[in-house]
Amino acid sequence: MLRTILTALTLFALWLLMSGVYKPMIIGFGVVSAIISVIVVRRMDNAADTDRLEIRLGVFATIAYWAWLMIEIAKANWAVTKLILSPSMPINRHMFRIPYSQKTDLGQAIFANSITLTPGTISVEVEEGEFLIHAVGYSSDDLDALAEMDSRVTAIEGDSK
Amino acid sequence: MTWQFVSEIIAWVLILSGSIFVVIGAVGTLRFPDFWSRLHAASVSESAGMILLIAGMCMHSGFTLITVKLIIIGGFIFITGPTSTHAVANAALTSGETPESDEDSAK
Repeated sequence: MLRTILTALTLFALWLLMSGVYKPMIIGFGVVSAIISVIVVRRMDNAADTDRLEIRLGVFATIAYWAWLMIEIAKANWAVTKLILSPSMPINRHMFRIPYSQKTDLGQAIFANSITLTPGTISVEVEEGEFLIHAVGYSSDDLDALAEMDSRVTAIEGDSK
Repeated sequence: MTWQFVSEIIAWVLILSGSIFVVIGAVGTLRFPDFWSRLHAASVSESAGMILLIAGMCMHSGFTLITVKLIIIGGFIFITGPTSTHAVANAALTSGETPESDEDSAK
């Protein structure tokens, strides 16, 4: 029940942030739509599977990871920009595999998305215990950089337990 | 030098540099030789361009509801962008688009 009320309050807060019009009628619409959404979700919980995505990540570790990732994105962007703009275009395309050490689906998704988010590397396929990565400016340093990213993602995942 | 003036300048620097990265991504998409490397070029405009543009627009609008919406949009693109890139790359691999490797031919 507490979970339901919290969901309704979160949805209503989102409505207030999104609308920006604070007339009684509009706010009333917000209340009604938040309640209707929660009722629909409750009904779906009864009817369909009750799979819940549990997010267990350390809050501060996650924020620190995002900050680190931003710097990595900036560096990778600069590298790919140089590749694009240099007249000889010294690209070095290569496909390779990198092992992942995350236990949960969420951790693996964060790692794979982080790889794709940094320009120059794209996660193409998930295989047993490793990702298939395509890189445009491949060098052997990439393996070390990705291994470091892997251990950092595992660190924010393991922080909660 | 009021704060308004300074934030305006920061906003326009961010927006202009973001636009430059979007253009660079487009140039790369045209210049790169094959499908796989073009995906990488597109992700330049998707990451650097998007982040700088959204940060610039946040600075421009200041502490308003618009900034909150922009941050929510940014977070959304941050998650959906790489997911869709991965979906395209995975679909290409599944349908038999084999990547060339410069690493092998160099050896």
